[in-house]
Amino acid sequence: MAQKYIAKSSAIAARMLGGEMMIMSAKDSTFFTLNEVATVIWQAADGRTPLSEIVSQRLCQEFDVEPAVAARDAEQFVDELSQHGILLVSDTPIRDVASVSESK
Amino acid sequence: MSLVAEMNQRALALGLPLSVHLDVTYRCNERCVHCYLDHDDLGELTTEEIKDVLRQLADAGVFFLVLSGGEVLMRRDFLEILEYARSLLFNVKIKTNGVMIKEKEARRFRELGVEQIQISVYSHRAEVHDAITKLPGSWKKTIRAIRFLKSQGLKVTMANVLMTPNLDDNAGTIALAKELGVWYTIDPTITPKIDGDVSVLSYRAPAEALREVFRNKELVGDVETFCAPPPDVSEDILDGYPCSAGHTACYISPYGDVFPCVQFPLPSGNVRNQSFLEIWQNSTQLREVRSIRARDLPTCSTCAHVGTCSRCPGLAYMEGNMRGPSSADCEKSFQRTGIPSANMLKKAAFGEHGNLIQIQPLA
Repeated sequence: MAQKYIAKSSAIAARMLGGEMMIMSAKDSTFFTLNEVATVIWQAADGRTPLSEIVSQRLCQEFDVEPAVAARDAEQFVDELSQHGILLVSDTPIRDVASVSESK
Repeated sequence: MSLVAEMNQRALALGLPLSVHLDVTYRCNERCVHCYLDHDDLGELTTEEIKDVLRQLADAGVFFLVLSGGEVLMRRDFLEILEYARSLLFNVKIKTNGVMIKEKEARRFRELGVEQIQISVYSHRAEVHDAITKLPGSWKKTIRAIRFLKSQGLKVTMANVLMTPNLDDNAGTIALAKELGVWYTIDPTITPKIDGDVSVLSYRAPAEALREVFRNKELVGDVETFCAPPPDVSEDILDGYPCSAGHTACYISPYGDVFPCVQFPLPSGNVRNQSFLEIWQNSTQLREVRSIRARDLPTCSTCAHVGTCSRCPGLAYMEGNMRGPSSADCEKSFQRTGIPSANMLKKAAFGEHGNLIQIQPLA
């Protein structure tokens, strides 16, 4: 299965508020609050670390969760945020966020 | 409750500054007749000072950042400031007159993920707008800027101020906003100048114009609900706080002065002397503003409108008492509902007719 790389879009606003990550898309003004697990994925979305590694090295280590469950939830989370243009997804490392955004 | 409202509640509970309005300059290329600012540079924050303030704001939890002026693009480093603000992931709204926005600036705003641009347009007629801004050709350039911004897919709001020179142009300006595909807001608030000069108040819209605006369904939605008499005053209402100024929001001037709000000129500290967080958490002035509940307002707590009035504590402060009424808002409540405010009744009873002389009965 191909690797998946994720990066934060440049068209979002985000801030940690009372322990929860708040994210707003500049594109459609959609608002999201991320729970603790989703926040870890979000913070690790550097465009270079494969999603599978984020799941195995961060989620499974920091939270008591089965790898298969963590992988499924992470995929679902990434799909949802990518649909709103908040996370950028690629099967190769993302070096230039702007170029991925432009191609959308 | 919407997520934004929920976010505001959480920020209030945590004592966090969710929104900051930062004026990067008071310099401007227009000289609007109703403007409350001077247009000098009396020692603006430098680029590096602004970047430092922005870092402090991000660390303090600020999410919504309004960059305004003066005219923001009078600063040659504005795009650098904007880029830095966006790198800190603020939700950025820009207020501008648009005169200096061409294709390049519009494209850059889009690339940087600016949430919204608010542009001042005072009429659908160039001659009326230009007479207000005192800058010949400004209407044409401003409308051109809106088209540039729209072509980039940006969200644009056309902000009008209702005042004596443009009283007849509201419908035409709404139509222009529709034609351009942008949102439209109109504000009848005209405040004294920053130096205390009240001569600009002569531009305030008369009562009948306010009444007309409050009954325009395109602006207020359901007119019957908007103009309904206020609900009975409850304990919850009296325990409420007047507005977000100083509670979850504040204002920073181009010189680093911190105030509860752009319309509330109560000096509360300066970021050149103290950290932003220290001012936000410990300023005596901000603490005082935060301590005020509706029940603490001697006149307004006895007013039928206390739960629904748009009372601005900053305007009240400029009238002499931050716990007092704001006469302009009394007028709005009266024109909206036909029910005089406690302040108006008090003035009438004591023979201080003042504003009441200008009030005409509802048709």
